[in-house]
Amino acid sequence: MTMLEPLIFELSREGRTGVNGPKCNLSDKEIGDLLGSANLRSNLPLPEVSELDVMRHFTHLSHKNYGIDLGFYPLGSCTMKYNPRINERTAALPGFASLHPLQPVETVQGALELIVQLQDILATICGMDATTIQPSAGAHGELLSMMMIKAYHADRGETGRNEVVIPDSAHGTNPASAARCGFKVRSIPSDSKGCTDLSALKSALGPKTAALMLTNPNTVGLFEVDIVEICKMVHEAGGLVYCDGANMNAMLGLTRPGDMGFDVMHFNLHKTFSTPHGGGGPGCGAVSVKSCLEPYLPTPVVRLDGENGGYILDENRPQSIGRIHSFYGAFLIAVRAYTYIRTLGPEGLRSVGENAVINANYIRSRLSEYYDVAFGNQPCMHEVVISASKQKQQHGVRALDISKRLMDYGIHPPTNYFPLIVPEALMIEPTETEGKQTIDHFIDVMIKIAKEAEEDPELLLTAPHITPVSRLDETMAVKNLDLRYEAIFKDTHS
Amino acid sequence: MGYVSNTDIDRKEMLAAIGTGSFSELLPIPEDVRLHELLDVPKSLDENSLYRYLSKLSARNISMDDYPCFLGAGIYDHFRPAVIGALASRGEFCTAYTPYQPEMSQGMLQAIYEFQTFVCALTGMDLSNASMYDAATGLAEAALMSVSITGRSTVVVLKNVHPHYRQVNQTYLNTTEDNYIEIDAENLNDVDSSTVACVICQNPDFFGRVEDLAAISEYTHRIGAMLVVSVDPVSLALLKPPSDYDADIVVGEGQSLGNAPAFGGPLLGFFACKKKYVRSFPGRIVGATQDLQGRRGYTMTLRTREQDIRREKATSNICTNQSLLALCTTIHLSALGKHGLRQVAAASLLNAHNTADALCKIPGVSMKFPDQRYFKEFVLKLPISPEKTSKLLVELGVIGGLPLGKYYTDMSDCMLFCVTETRSEEDIQLLVDSMRTIVDKEARI
Repeated sequence: MTMLEPLIFELSREGRTGVNGPKCNLSDKEIGDLLGSANLRSNLPLPEVSELDVMRHFTHLSHKNYGIDLGFYPLGSCTMKYNPRINERTAALPGFASLHPLQPVETVQGALELIVQLQDILATICGMDATTIQPSAGAHGELLSMMMIKAYHADRGETGRNEVVIPDSAHGTNPASAARCGFKVRSIPSDSKGCTDLSALKSALGPKTAALMLTNPNTVGLFEVDIVEICKMVHEAGGLVYCDGANMNAMLGLTRPGDMGFDVMHFNLHKTFSTPHGGGGPGCGAVSVKSCLEPYLPTPVVRLDGENGGYILDENRPQSIGRIHSFYGAFLIAVRAYTYIRTLGPEGLRSVGENAVINANYIRSRLSEYYDVAFGNQPCMHEVVISASKQKQQHGVRALDISKRLMDYGIHPPTNYFPLIVPEALMIEPTETEGKQTIDHFIDVMIKIAKEAEEDPELLLTAPHITPVSRLDETMAVKNLDLRYEAIFKDTHS
Repeated sequence: MGYVSNTDIDRKEMLAAIGTGSFSELLPIPEDVRLHELLDVPKSLDENSLYRYLSKLSARNISMDDYPCFLGAGIYDHFRPAVIGALASRGEFCTAYTPYQPEMSQGMLQAIYEFQTFVCALTGMDLSNASMYDAATGLAEAALMSVSITGRSTVVVLKNVHPHYRQVNQTYLNTTEDNYIEIDAENLNDVDSSTVACVICQNPDFFGRVEDLAAISEYTHRIGAMLVVSVDPVSLALLKPPSDYDADIVVGEGQSLGNAPAFGGPLLGFFACKKKYVRSFPGRIVGATQDLQGRRGYTMTLRTREQDIRREKATSNICTNQSLLALCTTIHLSALGKHGLRQVAAASLLNAHNTADALCKIPGVSMKFPDQRYFKEFVLKLPISPEKTSKLLVELGVIGGLPLGKYYTDMSDCMLFCVTETRSEEDIQLLVDSMRTIVDKEARI
């Protein structure tokens, strides 16, 4: 299975035909008559392979890929929980999957009802007033939130509010999203306990403050204990508070950002609500807001029309920031998330938060003897950040080497080198769907690797040993850019 | 409960190992923001009941499987072979995260490298990224990229670009406070040429017309601006690629290549450009390289453009792509191949022309643009209100075209039809008969 798999283009043989697709007997001349022969292309460099070639090729590729279905995937900040298959089944219902977005609204009432129900449920879960599912990903939700905050201040004549305060522990998307909206980013340090430094926050706030972007629990996995005070300070300065909901899994049923004072937050339906990450997407970055931001939600707003009793796509929203998606967002991701929430119910949602927190703390407590735990060994939420500083100093083994060695044991590595404020960071998020047996196995392997670092560091430095490829030359990838298979473009004069 | 694996005994043992008496004692959330009641959300349903409930809810929609549908406008019901679902649903692909650890992600990385090659093959461009959210946001990213490359701040969008794509562009450019102008192609000269960063076109345009963009391309480059083109990838099986008329950035919607219409999401934006813009373009990119033993392997590359490294100085805030949809498209294009994709496109072309000819035989129905060549979409002038026609067609078991009055005030008597190769002769006959019935009836009133 570790053999080199050729590219699909390399499997091509002239004249071989693929799937039994549609047939059309238009001649090239007839096509030219309809489209204009000057508009036609002369060459289409696509492969010619059989259906069996396709099945084998992509099955071979799948064997070179690791997913939650194969084993433990404690990738911090990514919430790699089990992706239930009932969600796939409901999302495949033809009454959902085979809908055209521009159908007459009378013919899509079931779809709109599901969206409205999910919007309401998400608002309840986070303690806000209204929700949109239009953003396609977390970063898209952040961008939307910043757009709405900008419009809010502009409507109040406060155009001087052009700064967004962001802790140095934040995800890179936070400053990038704020900058995309023309805001100046003011970075503030974390305190010695890994949380927001209140005095640094105070000196950063002022008449220029548009918002604070805060992740809670933060990226160190710690709950911001002063959160009520933090929100109060920002509001007193005239700013709004945005919650990066990447870590919402830790809070399900236990606490609500809306109750803490946040004005707006994004959810990652692909993290918290179990929709598959798909190797990087598709996701959905639904955004919930307090009533002060509701007028700015993107159009169309899906809602029940009081007058006619049906669901509508409301575009008559004069204060809206406008449209941010080709249509209404990732509807089939919403179907999956809705299915998941309806499976769990209120008790199930609470048990998510509970078990996620217990699992992370159990790992923290058992590994603290072997690895440094960031910001002292204090109780964490759903993830724990450990550091390989000790291993680096004493044995020349870095976080990356420990990660690569984990692969030899069939475990996906934690997130490396993030948050940036923890040196040699390994961010571990077990999620609630993993049981004690799996977690014990992971801990035992981590302890074993800590011992290997002492006794045979070479084993780590040369890892992984059993994957289809060993460490890749990333410098070469940048230096000799090879971003497509060049051979098919030779002799192309179209 | 749900998908939790721990038992009560597990939890007890774990709490004991942590050295705490109870979960409540462990939880580091201050008392004043703890939630003491359960969330007010609907009760849990077992799998069977939930499936039945959602089955019923979905049946309250009329899907394209129920009624033949003649809508296009960016979302197309093309043939999707069964191999796509069989392969893309494999857990190794669909339950994986972004391939940050290449040694464990070679499958998805190679598939994305193949996807990038397919996008280059169709568009004729030098480079493709690993995909974007959708065509609309892809175009907005193209506009912002042009602004950053040219150092100019006016983005010109032609009015025959998809209205929703234009709206998304406007949202993004309002936020960055750049200048956004919508204009007809013949008025391009009216814009102060020294400020134009890019001209955004669509081909085939929103009305389905095959455009000759050579003159616009020449003008755009003469004034030092960039040419951005939105394309229908299926049309590129037959039509010459945008590289032939010197496009700088090509964007499009990949839904029609192997992905479900899905009520408009999730979608698959693709994004391709000239080689010289390699350091400026947004999104993930996969490159080939070698491992320590010299074996071919794939990895995400040019990472220093991205937000997790550059933070506020990144080329875009985007941190995901649409990998699973890009995989479906890669499987789709492999399975159809050179021959199959041409058949799909040619059959759509033929179906659309046959349908237009038949509909134009109905009294009062005529082509809005009679002298223009079109691919699989066309605009008809109707003798009765398109909104009303749309409703009446549903009553007769057909989902008709898109009434255009909402988007173009001078087209309130027009409807945009799309006919792909998946519409059978019977489907087309039903549309034609239904239209005739509606027109006849209205004429009598």
